[in-house]
Amino acid sequence: MNAIDQSILTLILLVPLAGAILVALAPDRSRLPNWIALLTTLVTFLLTLHLPAHFAAAQGGYQFQINRLWIEDPAIYYHVGVDGLSMWLVVLAGLMAPVGVLASWNAIKERPRIFYSLFLVQQTAMFGVFVSLDLMLYYGFWELSLVPMAILIAMYGRKNGPRAALKFFLYTFIPSAPLLVAILWLYSRAHSFDFSYLQMAVASGAIPAGPLWWVALAFLFAFAVKVPVFPLHGWIADTYSEAPVALAMVVAGKLGLYSMLRFHVGLFPAQARAMAPLLIALAVIGILYGACLALVQLDFWKLMAFAAVSHLSLIVLAIYGLTVTGWNGAVYQILSHGVVDSVLFLLLGAIEVRYASTLIGAYGGLAARLPRTATYFVVATLTMIGLPLLGGFVGEFIILSSTFTGVSRAWAVVAALGIILGAAYMLWLVQRLFYGPESTLASSSPAVDLHLPELAVLTPLLVLMLVMGVAPAYWLKAIQTGAHPPQPPHAVEHISRSPRPNLIPSAIVPEGQR
Amino acid sequence: MNSVPDIFRILPEVILTLTGVAVMLIDATIPPAWPRRSLGWVAAFGTLFALWGSIWQLSLPEGTGFFSTVETSTFTVFFHVLICGIVLVAILLSLDTLPADSHHQGEYYALVVFGAVGMCLLTGAVELLVVFIALEISSISTYVLAGYRKQTGRGPESAIKYFLLGSFATAFLLYGIALIFGATGTTQIYEVAHLAPSAENHALVVGGLALILVGILFKVSAAPFHVWTPDVYEGAPAPVVALLSTAPKAAAFALLLRVVYEMLPSLHAFWSPLLWVVAVLSMTVGNLAALRQQNVKRMLAYSSIAHAGYLLAAFAGSQAIGIAAASFYTAAYAAMNVGIFAVVTLVSGYDEKLPLIEDYRGLIYRTPLLGGLLIFFLISLIGIPFTGGFFGKFYSFSAAVDGGAVALAIIGLLNSGLAAAYYLRLAVVSAQRPLDSRKQNAPSEQIGIAVGAALLLSVAATLVLGIVPGTVLHAAQSGALTLQGPSPEPAVRVLGVEPAPNR
Repeated sequence: MNAIDQSILTLILLVPLAGAILVALAPDRSRLPNWIALLTTLVTFLLTLHLPAHFAAAQGGYQFQINRLWIEDPAIYYHVGVDGLSMWLVVLAGLMAPVGVLASWNAIKERPRIFYSLFLVQQTAMFGVFVSLDLMLYYGFWELSLVPMAILIAMYGRKNGPRAALKFFLYTFIPSAPLLVAILWLYSRAHSFDFSYLQMAVASGAIPAGPLWWVALAFLFAFAVKVPVFPLHGWIADTYSEAPVALAMVVAGKLGLYSMLRFHVGLFPAQARAMAPLLIALAVIGILYGACLALVQLDFWKLMAFAAVSHLSLIVLAIYGLTVTGWNGAVYQILSHGVVDSVLFLLLGAIEVRYASTLIGAYGGLAARLPRTATYFVVATLTMIGLPLLGGFVGEFIILSSTFTGVSRAWAVVAALGIILGAAYMLWLVQRLFYGPESTLASSSPAVDLHLPELAVLTPLLVLMLVMGVAPAYWLKAIQTGAHPPQPPHAVEHISRSPRPNLIPSAIVPEGQR
Repeated sequence: MNSVPDIFRILPEVILTLTGVAVMLIDATIPPAWPRRSLGWVAAFGTLFALWGSIWQLSLPEGTGFFSTVETSTFTVFFHVLICGIVLVAILLSLDTLPADSHHQGEYYALVVFGAVGMCLLTGAVELLVVFIALEISSISTYVLAGYRKQTGRGPESAIKYFLLGSFATAFLLYGIALIFGATGTTQIYEVAHLAPSAENHALVVGGLALILVGILFKVSAAPFHVWTPDVYEGAPAPVVALLSTAPKAAAFALLLRVVYEMLPSLHAFWSPLLWVVAVLSMTVGNLAALRQQNVKRMLAYSSIAHAGYLLAAFAGSQAIGIAAASFYTAAYAAMNVGIFAVVTLVSGYDEKLPLIEDYRGLIYRTPLLGGLLIFFLISLIGIPFTGGFFGKFYSFSAAVDGGAVALAIIGLLNSGLAAAYYLRLAVVSAQRPLDSRKQNAPSEQIGIAVGAALLLSVAATLVLGIVPGTVLHAAQSGALTLQGPSPEPAVRVLGVEPAPNR
């Protein structure tokens, strides 16, 4: 490994932090904070692109690793690295950062310094969660990711920002208390925070199984709130409808889902297998419940919040199906949902800036006045509801087919019902916003369609959605090296017989080339 | 036998005493019309010198002095440095915030420094009567300081309440010492440790320990001995509270560590469940009461009760780990608490025109620096990683988990989730848009050199403890090693006839 490979992850962690300090020190005028933040996030994004460029897919395992002692006692290591599971998530977070800065360019007018510097700290925390391979380091970044988010929601939120921030913080902070106890308990047994070591220790049965149940449950609880999984979703509607657009894009999903893959199922395979039926049931309930609630929302941010509950639950279903294909689909769907969601957020944010209303009922007939906005929105909607050839289809198809064949036909059928409902609320939203008779709100303000900077952000994302729909193999090639769900005891033999199983379902590739 | 002159064993105390005397003499000799502010600088430099003296003590061989009543070891140096650091920050804070026309400034600085003498001596004393004297020296100074704003109604109330309850608690301590002496025939801590397990009247030892614990737990404001805390903190001037809520507590915790781990480890089965209950009570009572406060200082008073509870969780750990964790927590708590009271002093002003949480509305818009610092210290108090508060809790609760008290750790961490609610309320209020009517009566919130230095010190300490806790933890651990149980060679001699062997 050369020097760049050695230090690339550290650079990815440090550059946003350095940018944050620079922004905090910069004078608060002439958009200087914006430019510094944009530059920092672009540099970080370029740095994250180094990962897929130099990732050895054939080799698998953790790459770009660094393992240095940070604190002697308790032994906390600065151990970072990525594998197929996390690599693309790092790139996704890297991509979302400049998008977030551009989304805030005109929306954040007051005190840009505080906003951008906290936004950049938040980026560091997110990268940290994805790359940490030491449980304590991971917990540090996990907690750190809450603070800038809560402050930003409180300071830059819409009407009830402070209340939403408090709700968000408490919802996500309290479950991390049992998480920390669980981590400490593991340490007191295994005397290590190292992820791989703990994985081995748990697998070898050196740690008593009884308490391990509670430990696994504590991990799951913290992650399930963060996703959010069905009965724990109380914070998401307020957070989505209050948070600034740039933050709403990053708040849900990614961190919690990744943590489930790596630190719940990855660390406690036996316990996760036993808990899986419950999680599958909750996920399916979440899919339908989120979709039904999204149907009746009057506020489009709340609609997006419940749509997110529905879509994220689908990924939870894939994770706890514990099939190899399901996991490939899950990671792929996290990526594609991240992109689609951010496009929809950007567009809705642009509409809100122009018309200053978030009530769906106030709109109508925007398509005639804002044709470009309507086009982009429709394409993003189609991606979201899983039209073939677009990014959303691949993930949903893999997840549903793997559930159908690998888990349970009944659950797959019910989950597919949620996809239909998803099409219903999204298309109905398009219809109410862009078509029908022109509303008084739409005709009262001058029509300003998407301008050049907005198009400059949205167009690459739209192209990316298309590419993700037609060439999923490019992403899955790396993802499948990391997606190793635990196998039931009787299946181990079968897996080990085939030397390198083709993990991409063959149905996908022709689909894309059609 | 003592190769080290006795005076070096109490070098920081000597320096501090001389400083206090110098401050009083200068105050008495300079003309009354002259400003007294420079006395604060004298006190600050004296404290700095004492801090250097404590660090210099590391070069001494470990051992006791003055007929084995005072000890120097890594443990005492750790707490000496901590206490001198806190006092230094508190003096710097007072320099810019005490009203310039106050003519009692000489007394103020002298009392602060004399209080520090008592606290330092308390951490070094290995003889129960010296412990008692040291505790009285520190308490009497703090009683007076609590009532320093005597023109207000709350100042004297705070002082009298503190004095009455405090002297009551000290009486318990003294009674406990008497019982221990009755059971073992000695008041030297190492000898008690040797003699206590074989004491004829075991109930006397247990009773003595219980009474001593009451006295100490009062000083650290642990529930159910906490009722004085909010009233005293509310009435005392904020710079004094910065001192009051940290330094005497650090000293009292050092004493508690010495009593339970060094003097009576044989009674582990007795004090361990007791401290478990006190820890749970303190954090729960502190946090629940803090949730409902409207006054910032009262809220922070209850929060300090809760923090005493988190700290006591470390006592569930085994000797070395528990002592190290508790020492570290004391340092982390001191750094962030002094910091937040520094911010409170600046925002509320010396005469506290703005005491309520609602008054902090829009602070971050009014003075972004203070608002940012307030939020920073609150984040540390919540216990977010990369701040001192996190590692404090982390070590404390991992000591508890290591000692088998998993339930205590869970209760503690759930409590810290509860605590986040009221810390955040203050943070959120300060980030809200200001109401215009409040703007006019807000104090200027000028940050002078001395206060700037105080803030810088506390921020730096909080960050260092949060990002590179290794050094401080290492110091705490080597301190813990010097405090582990009785010395290897048993003391076979009558009290006070000959000096103890060098340990």
